[in-house]
Amino acid sequence: MIRIENITKRFKKLKALDNISASFEKGQVISLIGPNGSGKTTLIKSILGMVKPDSGKIFFKEEYINGGFIYRKDIGYMPQIGRYPDNMKIGQLFNMLKNIRNEPPETIDNELIKEYDLCSMYEKPMRTLSGGTRQKVSAAIAFLFNPSVLILDEPTAGLDPLSSEVLKEKILQEKNKGKLILITSHILSDLDELTTHVMYLQEGKMQFLKNIETLREDTGEIKLAKAIARVMKGEDPAGNFISEVLTKKTK
Amino acid sequence: MMKLSKYVLYDILRSKIIIAYTLFLFIVSLSLFQMEEDSSKAMLSLMNIILIALPLVSLVFTTIHYYNSYEFIELMLSQPLSRKKILLSEYTGISLSLLSAFLIGVGIPVAFYAASETGMAMLFTGSTLTLVFTSIAFFASVRARDKAKGIGFALLLWFYFTLIYDGIVLLILFSFSDYPLEKFTLLISALNPIDLGRIFIMLKMDVSALMGYTGALYKDFFGSGTGLLFTVGVMILWITLPLWLAVRKFRKKDI
Amino acid sequence: MKFLTLIVFLGSQLFSFANTIVVGKDKPISSITKGIELAKNGDTVKVYPGVYREGRITINKSITLIGINFPVIDGQKKFENMVISGINVKVQGFHFIDSKHSSSEDFSAINIVDATKIIIQDNKIDNAHFGIHLANSTYCTIMGNEISGKAVSEQSAGNGIHIWKSSHAFITNNHIQGHRDGIYFEFVTDSEIRNNKSENNIRYGLHFMFSHNNYYAYNTFRKNGAGVAVMYTHHVRMEHNMFEQNWGTASYAILLKDITDSWILDNQFVSNTVGIFMEGCNRIDVKQNLFSKNGWAMKVQANCVDNVISKNNFKGNTFDIATNGTMVSSSFDYNYWDKYEGYDLNKDGIGDVDYHPVSMYSMIIEQNPNALILLRSFMVTLLDKAEKAIPSLTPENLVDKKPKMRPFAL
Repeated sequence: MIRIENITKRFKKLKALDNISASFEKGQVISLIGPNGSGKTTLIKSILGMVKPDSGKIFFKEEYINGGFIYRKDIGYMPQIGRYPDNMKIGQLFNMLKNIRNEPPETIDNELIKEYDLCSMYEKPMRTLSGGTRQKVSAAIAFLFNPSVLILDEPTAGLDPLSSEVLKEKILQEKNKGKLILITSHILSDLDELTTHVMYLQEGKMQFLKNIETLREDTGEIKLAKAIARVMKGEDPAGNFISEVLTKKTK
Repeated sequence: MMKLSKYVLYDILRSKIIIAYTLFLFIVSLSLFQMEEDSSKAMLSLMNIILIALPLVSLVFTTIHYYNSYEFIELMLSQPLSRKKILLSEYTGISLSLLSAFLIGVGIPVAFYAASETGMAMLFTGSTLTLVFTSIAFFASVRARDKAKGIGFALLLWFYFTLIYDGIVLLILFSFSDYPLEKFTLLISALNPIDLGRIFIMLKMDVSALMGYTGALYKDFFGSGTGLLFTVGVMILWITLPLWLAVRKFRKKDI
Repeated sequence: MKFLTLIVFLGSQLFSFANTIVVGKDKPISSITKGIELAKNGDTVKVYPGVYREGRITINKSITLIGINFPVIDGQKKFENMVISGINVKVQGFHFIDSKHSSSEDFSAINIVDATKIIIQDNKIDNAHFGIHLANSTYCTIMGNEISGKAVSEQSAGNGIHIWKSSHAFITNNHIQGHRDGIYFEFVTDSEIRNNKSENNIRYGLHFMFSHNNYYAYNTFRKNGAGVAVMYTHHVRMEHNMFEQNWGTASYAILLKDITDSWILDNQFVSNTVGIFMEGCNRIDVKQNLFSKNGWAMKVQANCVDNVISKNNFKGNTFDIATNGTMVSSSFDYNYWDKYEGYDLNKDGIGDVDYHPVSMYSMIIEQNPNALILLRSFMVTLLDKAEKAIPSLTPENLVDKKPKMRPFAL
């Protein structure tokens, strides 16, 4: 569904993305992980067209996006920190988006709005909202138009456990519908059950992109978090193994 | 695009600054006309407001608004909308609100007290300068990375267009006073929208003086159909060019 | 003296049993020349409508020539239409067209030479080289004539009313347009010019030299190429005249050159490039005038001495006063200046702070006319304000020490 070919992006001296290639298919839930500043957000922003890569190509449904914008119709995006016009009320925000998108009403997915009971806060201006509520709004917007691809940047950060659970349920449900879901996170515990693939970035380089089962076998860890932690430490033979796989791949 | 502009406009109206600006213009123009029994003197003060305050407000307001609506722009960027459309909608929204503030705040008093050719020239100049400086502010904002730099850049531009540019022109006029500079001065006036607007008003206000000396040349040129076309053309260029550059930059920009 | 002439005049009318001779195309006498030939002193020649092409019509006896419904006297561009000399001639109600043109000689529609007490009244003069030319004559009246020329260039054109070396002329209610100078005087004294309108002439609306003791009142001079120019004259009185829209690079509502002991009172100067330009002028009173919407209300050259500019209203002028030097020896006290920004604490109607009517920028423009393009720019405003605070360029003694707070009722 999404194919990335040799993406490189520099911010001044910093190489945020270094020659990254990957391919994501429908039905996959990809955990995009890596330490802070490893280029996760830059990568998804590149997919969204918010960041323009210096070189490389991104294909969406086999089509080179090349600065286009129509393809974003099929992407629901939940930013890391949802920032919205201060003076706008929640209700207005949803109405505005619906108005701009002008999609048929039957495709609208209001489930999260209901689950989070956002309707009762429709009259609240965005500037008065807590971080958690903003996250809920962001999540609701991401799923609103029933997109075939979901890109969620740190979705559970700032959510209380209950809301987090609601979101997880929702993600699972969408996954089962055969959607592609990209999740970035540096905390892995709450994504364990959902993830089908792990993509690991470090200093702008992709360390690996692997099926979770394989990864578990390789690392010998059931818990994903521990597996990753071991990779991060870099002392584990699995790390070497992974880089071996990668070098093979690039060949 | 109008849909988006509508939301931009709506957002601006809610911030109330634009309403304060409208009221300010209205009260100032009204009191000018009330205080001065001679409307020509009020027009003179009004001209200074149009040539000095209007560009400043347009620049600063637009820059601040641009940075304040960064969230909105971000949100829109995740939607299937082209960047050009988003930026142009922002421009339409801001320029429309500033323009209506001007036309209500200054236009109504002028229509009541000085619906003369001079008055019309002032409304024309004020309107175009609003559009021009909104456009220039977009250029500055898109180029500068953060708000402080953006506002600084905008202020610098204002300073340049209102003061420094004319200072340089005067310096040139005196350094090369032995040469025939009439054509040159005509040309350089086009390179500063404020100067161009000022000359446009002067053509109506100071027609007597402009008929004297080399002034007659300006009067002949700017007063003719060609001159009017030139003025309007250059103004349109001043509106579209910075906006076009801004769009071009914005398209490549990382958000 | 006047009374005596009147007696003589009436006497001559009585004793000669004045006759009326009728001239018309279908009348026994069909030519004006013939009619005049038949007339005796004191007779009236009545001319019926028609076009009369008789070359040059000469009048040298005391007759009254009256046109009915404007009979046309056609100069066919080959002749002067009419030449008058002598005493007591009146010409009224004719339409003079197409006099002879020349770039070297002063041909005219009505040429009055060596004459006294001539009245030229209510005629129309179209496309003449000179309209009415008066030379070496006294006590002539030119009134109610409509003089319209088709002047193209200064070299080839003549003047509307041209008077040379005459005295006691009375020029009134005429309307002159399209000539080189509307009214031109040279060596004309003790005359009165009242209620005329002189406009759209290519050079001056009024032009005089060496013409002393004349009185100009209630005239309108508008849209003349170079306004009004008066030179080398003393004891001129100009009152209640209107000068407007005299625009151009060298256009002045009035250019005063070497004028002394004169009065410019109660006039209106509106929308001229320069209201009054004074050069080498002494002891002129400029009072109770309105200067409005001019480029420069007054330009006073440094060689002007002892003039008094007072009780005038200066409103809406781009520049009030300009001068070319730093020494000024004329008085500018007690005027109303709309640009004055002072205050009046003791409420006597006079501002407590002096007003300097010369702006710094007007000095700059004197030196560098191109700088006019920066007029009213923010920078210029700042420069002017700075100069007001610390005068350095502007003449210090060109000052109104008693600026009025409110305009005079004029």
